[in-house]
Amino acid sequence: MTPDLNLITISPAIALTLTGFLIILATLIVPKMSRAFALPLAITGLTVAAWLTLRLWNVNSIAFGGLVVADNFALTFSFIFLIGAGLSLLASLNEHEAGYLLYPEFFAVTMFATLGMLLMAASTHLLIIFLGLETLSISLYVLVAIKRREPASLEAAFKYFLLGAFASAFLLYGIALLYGVSGSFDLKEIATVVHDPLKQGNPLVILGGIFLMIGLGFKVAMFPFHMWAPDVYQGAPTPVAAFMSTCSKAAGFAAMLRVLFSVSNGAASGWVTVLWVVAVLSMFIGNLSAIAQKNVKRMLAFSSIAHAGYILIGVVAWSAMGSASVIFYLLSYTFMNVGAFSVISYLSTDEKEFVDLKDFRGLAYRKPMIAFVMAVFMFSLAGLPPTAGFVGKFYLFAAAVKAGHIPLVVIGVINSMIALYYYLGVVVAMFMREPETAETGPRNLPVALASLLIAVAATFALGLFPSYWIASFELLFTSIL
Amino acid sequence: MHIPLLTIITALPTVTAILLVFLKRENERAIKYVTLLMSTVVFLASLPLFFTFQSTADMQFTEVHAWIPALGTRYHVGIDGISLFMVLLTTFLTPIVVLASWTNISRNLKGYMISLLVLETGILGVFVSLDLFLFYVFWEVMLIPMYFIIGIWGGRNRIYAAVKFFIYTFVGSLLMLVAILVLYFYHGGLTGEYTFDVLKLQETHFPLGYQTWLFLAFGLSFAIKVPMFPFHTWLPDAHVEAPTGGSVILAGVLLKMGAYGFLRFCLPFFPHAVEQFTPLILTLAVVGIIYGALVAMVQPDLKKLVAYSSVSHLGFVILGIFTLNNQGIQGGLIQMVNHGLSTGALFLLVGMIYERRHTRRIADFGGLAKQVPVFATFFMIVMLSSIGLPGLNGFVGEYLIILGAFLEQRVFAIFAATGVVWTAVYMLLMYQRVMFGKLDKEENKKLLDLSPREIGLLVPIIFFIIFIGVYPNAFLKKMEPSVNHLIEVVKSKTLASDIREPSLIIGLREE
Repeated sequence: MTPDLNLITISPAIALTLTGFLIILATLIVPKMSRAFALPLAITGLTVAAWLTLRLWNVNSIAFGGLVVADNFALTFSFIFLIGAGLSLLASLNEHEAGYLLYPEFFAVTMFATLGMLLMAASTHLLIIFLGLETLSISLYVLVAIKRREPASLEAAFKYFLLGAFASAFLLYGIALLYGVSGSFDLKEIATVVHDPLKQGNPLVILGGIFLMIGLGFKVAMFPFHMWAPDVYQGAPTPVAAFMSTCSKAAGFAAMLRVLFSVSNGAASGWVTVLWVVAVLSMFIGNLSAIAQKNVKRMLAFSSIAHAGYILIGVVAWSAMGSASVIFYLLSYTFMNVGAFSVISYLSTDEKEFVDLKDFRGLAYRKPMIAFVMAVFMFSLAGLPPTAGFVGKFYLFAAAVKAGHIPLVVIGVINSMIALYYYLGVVVAMFMREPETAETGPRNLPVALASLLIAVAATFALGLFPSYWIASFELLFTSIL
Repeated sequence: MHIPLLTIITALPTVTAILLVFLKRENERAIKYVTLLMSTVVFLASLPLFFTFQSTADMQFTEVHAWIPALGTRYHVGIDGISLFMVLLTTFLTPIVVLASWTNISRNLKGYMISLLVLETGILGVFVSLDLFLFYVFWEVMLIPMYFIIGIWGGRNRIYAAVKFFIYTFVGSLLMLVAILVLYFYHGGLTGEYTFDVLKLQETHFPLGYQTWLFLAFGLSFAIKVPMFPFHTWLPDAHVEAPTGGSVILAGVLLKMGAYGFLRFCLPFFPHAVEQFTPLILTLAVVGIIYGALVAMVQPDLKKLVAYSSVSHLGFVILGIFTLNNQGIQGGLIQMVNHGLSTGALFLLVGMIYERRHTRRIADFGGLAKQVPVFATFFMIVMLSSIGLPGLNGFVGEYLIILGAFLEQRVFAIFAATGVVWTAVYMLLMYQRVMFGKLDKEENKKLLDLSPREIGLLVPIIFFIIFIGVYPNAFLKKMEPSVNHLIEVVKSKTLASDIREPSLIIGLREE
């Protein structure tokens, strides 16, 4: 059998790789290259990749004899990654990040991280999924540590690296065990072995599955693999935290959905029970810890754990509707969470990061439009209409009710109430407290607002007119389920 | 050509709010006049609703558009005799509130007016929605501007009150969300048609076991909103801290959303559960009536007194609704309008005196009738309307409600009737202590009487207070067919699958 190369399938990935190299090479030629040059290059690369992705739509192109599959499921996730990466890069466009994000590596490595995500979503082959995950992880270690003169950043990177290495090892071990049972890395072939009545209850299969889920669970920051998130998000540069909390989570879920649906046998699988428990604990631990936070970045980190829990509700529903709701939520979450991080990034000055809840006091009187935008993101994260967060949550809950998981939805709803409290805390600080200082804040160029404006527009658009997306996401799962 | 009147009325305030964004913050004059003008236009646009409204039980002025077909939600609006008056009350009170906020909003007037307008859209949306999803969206959207109004322009303890208001209401509504989803999938599974359409869901019979839980989930949300005893604790805080305009909207229309929810959803959806819970709810209503009145009696603060009188008055509304007969429900509906007018006016008057004296303590006043006779006169009419003096609006509502209750459950009627007495006691006592006696406080001797603007905004309310008192039929006949239809739906659904002792229902039919 001659391997079918079919390079067009991975053309978006090629575009990202080339862009990354181009940025690094350009640095060699123009040593004093500033981000004024690297950023447009990176954005162009992402746009080209998005365009190539669009061209693959409905083609169901397969490359390398089935190692990479560009089905619509993968392409949809690709869009989420590309959007998230683009917005996060735009969010770096301000005074505060100027110091260290001048390094062109920042842009190049972001390209490679996105490349890893694309691979994770676009394969039914466990080794490719692992390869994608490692590409993503190593890039993220670098990105977190890019503030190389700041101890907090280095500490965060080190923590992330240690735990991440463990998680990767688990994933690899799980793959090895599944390979040992089935003799294959391909999900379809593993599935036939798993479903073989003779091999039911084989401890290697169960253990392999658990290890696999540990590796992916680490990436989506779900309980009990969430410990790293608060420290890492807090220490990482804000745009990187935005990128990690949304895209890296989405990549983890992409692989998780693909693995679960191709290998486990339907809702009867014990995974539903396990994920049910994990979802509940993720929500409670994330939300209850977030209440106590005074640092907004840390609060968003804990809330990100809770959001992993909400999204798991959609996975537990185990249906086309449930999975579509997962994707819809991830898309919405990308906009609103990157948006919230962008606000922090936008307001931070050279000397001081704008992260303390106290900093937000009276913001509405100094910068009314920014305060309004932040309030939109907070309300959207809390799940209030007419925003994307509301429709997303509604959709997740609807899928779970349809599948009969009413107690789980009630728990989700209780968590939304808890979460409302700390999101309101930010709004209260911005609108209802007196400002502590008369500082006017950083002098950013208007163009630094780009990511904010895109995110807020999308948050409203998805909240008011979600119809098209919901309908098309549900179609995705006819091929997988 | 078909004019989408309801959409225009609902959207126009928000459109105005968006326009205001482009006005300069310092240009307060323009902001005020634009808001006043546009909210008046909205009111005028809502008048044809009343005059061309046919006295039938059908939904009128309906509009249906696809919204999220994948989820079966539609943009479906329309009004019947139940929602008509809520819509009118909202559009009527908003320009008055704008006028009342003319001078007492000291900072960020622009933000205040924008919040007020968005709030109007939210409230109107709640009353006109005939799709549960759409209803829920408006129900929650409306929280945000109200939260800002209390939290930014409120009194000293405003943040506590605003957050309490938001979280209380949010808790209720989220459980309702789960119930809405259960309704949706149950109906869909039964009929194959997945829809949030209120009118279609009404036709479904839900199994008894479901009804109890669904009723509780919906009911909690509405009970908090009304607020029914013992879910009322957010109300005094919210009222006391909110600026005058916020209090008027809160008392005038926001609280009505809870009672409206009971009428529109709980009664026709879950008649068996309603039957089952009626004794409990009637008891809570009567407890609310008497408790609210007794607590009002000992309040040293005028605004708090009015806030607790709201708890008492809304107990009457709930009592009327859950008598499940024509008189009771019509009484409840007209009482909703009455409460909006008279309590709204009381808050306006308290706000006016507060603006002059910067205190609301009853003990700080005394003998005001000599110094500000016009104010005292308006205050008296409104107070008497609130007590339920025959010839004024409050009497009509309370009379019908007590009559309705008497036909069903005499004990409740008797206890509720004592509430009327208590109302008279605390209102008259308060009036006496504020208006009569010696004008002995120095500060009070310099008080100015009402300005033409203030008189202008009170006169329309007084007009309706007297109009409803004298000729309630103009309103009652518009609501009657819808009320009868509602009762019919409830009764027929209860009968259709009733296996228990049907004495209550048969007893009613004989009358």
